[in-house]
Amino acid sequence: MARPFALRLAQIAEASAIPVGALAASAVAFGLIVAALGNDPLEVYRIIYIGAFGSVFSWENTLQRVAPLLLTALCAALPAQLGLAVIGGEGAFVLGGLAGVEASLLAARAPAWLDIAAMLTAGMTAGALIVGAAGFLRAWRGVSETISSLLLNDLAIAVFNQLVEGPLRDSSDLNRASTYPAPQQATIGTMGDTGLHWGLLVGLIACILAWLLIFRTTTGFSMRIAGGNAQAARMVGIPVGRLIVGACAVGGAAAGLAGAIEAAAVYERANTSLIAGYGFSGILISFIARHNPLLIIPAAILFGGIGASGGLIQRRLGLPDAAVTVLQGCTFLIVLMAETFRGRSLRDLILGRERAS
Amino acid sequence: VSQIGAFGTVMIGLLGGAIRVSTPYLFVSLGECITDTSGRINLGQEGILILGAMVGYAGSFETGNPWLGVIGAGVAGALLGALYAIACSLPRVNDIAIGIAILIFGTGVAFLVGKPFIQPAAPMLPAIELGWWSGDEAVRAALRVNALFFVGVALTFGLRWGFTGLRWGLVLRTVGDSADAAKALGFSVLGVRFVATVVGAFFSGVGGAFLSLYYPGSWTESLSSGQGLMAVALVIFARWDPLRCLWASLLFGAAGALGPALQSAGFGQVYYLVSAAPYALTLGILIASSSRERRAAGAPRELRAV
Repeated sequence: MARPFALRLAQIAEASAIPVGALAASAVAFGLIVAALGNDPLEVYRIIYIGAFGSVFSWENTLQRVAPLLLTALCAALPAQLGLAVIGGEGAFVLGGLAGVEASLLAARAPAWLDIAAMLTAGMTAGALIVGAAGFLRAWRGVSETISSLLLNDLAIAVFNQLVEGPLRDSSDLNRASTYPAPQQATIGTMGDTGLHWGLLVGLIACILAWLLIFRTTTGFSMRIAGGNAQAARMVGIPVGRLIVGACAVGGAAAGLAGAIEAAAVYERANTSLIAGYGFSGILISFIARHNPLLIIPAAILFGGIGASGGLIQRRLGLPDAAVTVLQGCTFLIVLMAETFRGRSLRDLILGRERAS
Repeated sequence: VSQIGAFGTVMIGLLGGAIRVSTPYLFVSLGECITDTSGRINLGQEGILILGAMVGYAGSFETGNPWLGVIGAGVAGALLGALYAIACSLPRVNDIAIGIAILIFGTGVAFLVGKPFIQPAAPMLPAIELGWWSGDEAVRAALRVNALFFVGVALTFGLRWGFTGLRWGLVLRTVGDSADAAKALGFSVLGVRFVATVVGAFFSGVGGAFLSLYYPGSWTESLSSGQGLMAVALVIFARWDPLRCLWASLLFGAAGALGPALQSAGFGQVYYLVSAAPYALTLGILIASSSRERRAAGAPRELRAV
C-alpha cells in the first residue's frame, strides 16, 4: 500500500510543480519584456494584482470575465479529449450572441421563462452548428479541424457584421451598428446583490457536467480512448466519427451559450463589443488546464484576472492593453513548452532520455 | 466609374488587386512551403506576419529607407520563427498548440511595441509603372506593381529549382519525407527543420512588411485579416509546389480584391460578406482537396497535421 501512495504523491507533486513552475517562468519572461520597454516589472505585477484581485470591484470585474471564459474553454476542451485542436470558439460565441438576441426578440410576447429559454437554445444551436461543422469536415473528409475552425471563425464574424450592419440593424441607433435591444424580460439579472450575472453559475455547472461526462461516463471513456489511438478505438467498435462531431457540437454549444448570456446580461443587444477575444482566450485556458474541465475553473480565474487588469495597466502605466495579450501569449508558450518535463526526472533530461512508459 | 463601365471597373480592380493583394500570400506561402517540406507545419505564421509588418514599418520610419525596414521585418520574423523551432524541438510538445501560442505572442508583441508607430508616416516601398501606355487611370493604378512582387516571383522560380536541383533542396525533402532515412544519411533532422522554420519565418516577416509599407500601407492593429493563416492552407492547396503557390496566391489576391472592387463600382451593400470570400474559398478548396482515406498527393510524409 505504501508504494502506490508514494507514487500518487509524487504524481501530484509533479502535476502541480510543472504548471506552477511554468507560470513563474512566464512571469519572469513577461517582466523582462516590460523591463526592456522601460517599465518597472515589480510595479507592473503589483498593478496586475490590484486590477485582478485587489478589491471587491476588481474581483467583480474578474469574475464577470470568468463567466464566458469557462464556457469558451469547454469549446476547446471537449474536442481535445479526442485529440482535436478546435479553435472555433470565437465564431460560435459571436453568432451565439446574435442568434440569442434575435430569438428573444421573436419570442418577446411569450412568458419570460420561455423567452429566456428560446434565447439560450438559439445561442447553443448556432454555436453547435458552426463548431459541429468543423468536426463534421474532420470526420467526413479529414480536413484539419484547426484550420477549418479558424476559417469558420472569420466567416462567422463576416456574417455577424453583415447582419448587424444590414437587415438586423437598429435604425434608431445612429452611433454604432447594433441589433434592437433584447426585451427587458429576457435580460439576465444579477445573483442577489453581488453585481455578478447568472452566467458565472451556468459556467461552473457546465464545467462540472463536462468533467462528469469525460471521466464518469462510458461516452467520455470512449472519447479518451479514441483520443489516444483512433485506429484501435475503431477496431473495438467505437464510433469515432460520431464522437468527433458530437464533441465539437457540444463544445460549440457551450461557446454559443456563453455568447447568448454575454449579449443578454452585459450589452442587452448584439454588437461588435461581442468580438472581444473570449473564444481565443478559452483555447489558452483549456490547454493550461490540460483540458480538464475542473482545472479550467482556476485557469479561467487567472486569465480573467489578467484580462481585467488591462484597463488599470493602461491608465496607471500608459502601456497599451496589448501588454495583456503578450502576458497571455508568453504564459501559453511556456506552459506548453513545460509539457516536455512531464514524467521525466532531472537525470533523464540531462541525459536526453525519454521515460520508457 | 470611367468610360469602361461598372463591369470593366470590377475586372480591372480584380486584376490589379490580384497582383497587389497576392504579395503577402506569396511570401508567407513560399516560406511555409519551405517549412512544410522539412516535415513541420507552422500555424504561427500569422503572428510572424503581423510582427514583420510592425518592424518593417518602424524600421522604415526610423531609418528613412523602406528596404531596411523589409530586412528588419525578415529578421524579426526569423527570430520568432527560431523561438517556434526551439519549442517544437522539445519532445512531446504539441506543435499545433505552439503555433497558436506564437500567433498570440507575436500579435501581442507587435501591438505592444508598435503602439507609438500608429500615427507617423513612414517612407513607402517603390512601385513600378507597368501601365504607362494606358490613358485610363484605373488601368494605370491596376498595373502599378510593387517591386517586392517581382522579388516574390523570382523567389518562386529559385525555390522550384532549388527543391529539385540543388543539394539543400534534396536534404530538405529527405528530412521531410523520412526522418529516419535522413538520420541514417547523417543529417541532423532537428537542425534542418530549425533552418527551414527560420528561413520560412524570414519570408513571412517580409510579407508582413509589404502590408505595412505598400498595401494597405500603414501600421494599424487591424492590418492583417488572417492572410498568414490562409497562406498556410494555401500551401496545402498548392501541393507544396512553389509555382502553384504563385498561382494560388494570385487567386487568393483576386478573391481578396473582390470586396473593394465591388465597392468602388457601387455595390457596397454586401461588403462584409464579399470580403469573406477568401475564407470561403480556402475552406472550399480544403474540403475538395482533402480525403479521409489517403494523404494529400505530394505531401511531405513527415507532415502530420494536414
